[in-house]
Amino acid sequence: MWEYSEKVQEHFFSPRNAGAVKDANATGEVGSLSCGDALRLTLKVDPATETILDAGFQTFGCGSAIASSSALTEIIKGLTLDQALQVSNQDIADYLDGLPPEKMHCSVMGREALQAAVANYRGEEWKDDHEEGALVCKCFAVDEKLIENTIRANGLSTVEEVVNYTKAGGGCSACHEGVEEILNRVLGESGKSFAPAAGTTPLPVQAGRPRLTTVERIRRIEAVLDSVRPTLQRDHGDVELVDVDGRQVYVKMRGACAGCQMAAVTLEGIQERMVEALGEFVRVIPAEARPRPQEPELAACA
Amino acid sequence: MTATAQGIYFDNNATTMVAPEVVEAMLPYFTEQFGNPSSIHQFGNRVGQALKQARVQVQTLLGAEHDSEIVFTSCGTESDSTAILSALRVQPERREIITTVVEHPAVLALCEQLEKEGYTVHYLPVDGRGRLDLDAYGRLLSERVAIVSVMWANNETGTLFPVERMAEMAKAAGVLFHTDAVQAVGKVPIDLKRTAIDMLSLSGHKLHAPKGIGVLYLRRNTRFRPLLRGGHQERGRRAGTENSAAIVALGKACDMALEYMEHEQTSVRALRDRLEQGLIAAVPHCFVTGDTDNRLPNTANIAFEYIEGEAILLLLNKLGIAASSGSACTSGSLEPSHVMRAMGIPYTAAHGTIRFSLSRYNTAEEVERVIEAVPPIVAQLRKLSPYWGVDGPVEEPEKAFAPAYA
Repeated sequence: MWEYSEKVQEHFFSPRNAGAVKDANATGEVGSLSCGDALRLTLKVDPATETILDAGFQTFGCGSAIASSSALTEIIKGLTLDQALQVSNQDIADYLDGLPPEKMHCSVMGREALQAAVANYRGEEWKDDHEEGALVCKCFAVDEKLIENTIRANGLSTVEEVVNYTKAGGGCSACHEGVEEILNRVLGESGKSFAPAAGTTPLPVQAGRPRLTTVERIRRIEAVLDSVRPTLQRDHGDVELVDVDGRQVYVKMRGACAGCQMAAVTLEGIQERMVEALGEFVRVIPAEARPRPQEPELAACA
Repeated sequence: MTATAQGIYFDNNATTMVAPEVVEAMLPYFTEQFGNPSSIHQFGNRVGQALKQARVQVQTLLGAEHDSEIVFTSCGTESDSTAILSALRVQPERREIITTVVEHPAVLALCEQLEKEGYTVHYLPVDGRGRLDLDAYGRLLSERVAIVSVMWANNETGTLFPVERMAEMAKAAGVLFHTDAVQAVGKVPIDLKRTAIDMLSLSGHKLHAPKGIGVLYLRRNTRFRPLLRGGHQERGRRAGTENSAAIVALGKACDMALEYMEHEQTSVRALRDRLEQGLIAAVPHCFVTGDTDNRLPNTANIAFEYIEGEAILLLLNKLGIAASSGSACTSGSLEPSHVMRAMGIPYTAAHGTIRFSLSRYNTAEEVERVIEAVPPIVAQLRKLSPYWGVDGPVEEPEKAFAPAYA
């Protein structure tokens, strides 16, 4: 079951303004039967002041759809039509102390019904540009359509770019597979292909920079350690290099740093500096976690 | 504590209460019987013996010929994945799978992924009552098919598929046959040694054992590749230290399921039938979905037209009644239940389906309370619905209220 706020529950269990308004002079109907949400909003508008005197709703939908409809009618009663049009779906969600991300479409439906009703009152033709798409990112409630459109409009090609432009995938990472599939499909439309490895940030490599020799690498590693040691020593701690094995850099924490609760954070900071100094990815690991050197193999028994 | 101490629980197809006798049986395996069953010492040996007994208990419930055909897993999903992926690995030249459109996501999601990897999946359709067309199935069987995976009973409607007949047809065509029997085991009699079923999945928490334990039945001599490799547990067919306490619990639950099988077929069925008849009589515009002639004895899936399932569940929950819905909003997707859509149930009804699934712990009094509780809830929600007029559905509701987008 969803985690509904007290306010959502209150508006669901005791909806306000349920039913059609008598003598309504504006009606807005939106929703999607296939998606299980439909809302008819009826308004009684004072023609002299364009003030919403009364609002009522009829909703086919889930708990949050009913609560959002109820909230909407409460929010807009007493507002002028122009003021009401300023009400956003986020305002509806905020009024309810939030909605689960998957349910934000209920608040969108409320806002659209309002727009449709105002258009109906004014004799205008209202067309929504809402396109239902599967929700891809549940952390930030981003749907497939938005991701597709953003990829096309901005020529995006990596998951990281999609995160930056849409926030989709910026939370728990559970939707990265889905985002990659959309990238693959959209890029495929223009004959391009999605390279999964491009999803990670490439390390900055200076053009024409020669590869470091082993001695140079170790010197740079030591230089990084030397740069942080005074800070650690001020706190009665220290760090020293124990070994370098490929991309693993083993260090020993000394003094107050040994056993410090923040040691992992310190190591992370050191690692960041090292990656920057070397222009390649390395992992800084406490020497205690170093694999033991293998015993020389004993001669097989005859 | 009774099953109803916290309310009325009619959601047993989702999960069941762990039987008190099962809890009692498993408790020592958290404390004094803590040994690793793979260890040679007495601590491990005692647990190993308990596992052996549990294996026989599962074997007995399934009517399997050998206890070595029982492989303990972590859940039904793992068993399903192991069965299907193993079949593909042992027959790399076969690139097709047959399943149905109404399978559990444990099978459907895997099949969708396999399609992306280049396999062809045939999804058998169902009719309005959720039944399969065996002729269509027969036409799909060929030497290109690696495995047929068909559920024994549908989790939403309880509709039973003729898996025994289908397994025979697969065998005749030289195709492996797997059944996801998660909902059927413990509710309908099963005698695997008399069938041609090669593999079967079950899940402990559907039959009053705890969550986190499942079984893959693997017929002797079935070619096999493990999903999890590592240690030699389960004869190398599923690596990983056994969940001893849960396995012991499952063994006990299987014993009890056998004991209660007739009760399930008579008393539980009678309660379910009374619930259905009571609701149908009290609520206009509702109907039972699925194959009412051939389904699980505990399951009633009822479509309440013109309203939405989650709203019904929230109001039921307020009264302490737990049920389930295949409606869009409870699943996190915007689409209504794939099972309802596959059966061609119209949207006005598909969104308002409620599944009541009973167990041996439910009582006649609870059924009567639910029959009393539901009609005012439905009436209350219909009063809010744009598809419902003063005393009935609006005429041609879909035309009367044309959504701006669909």
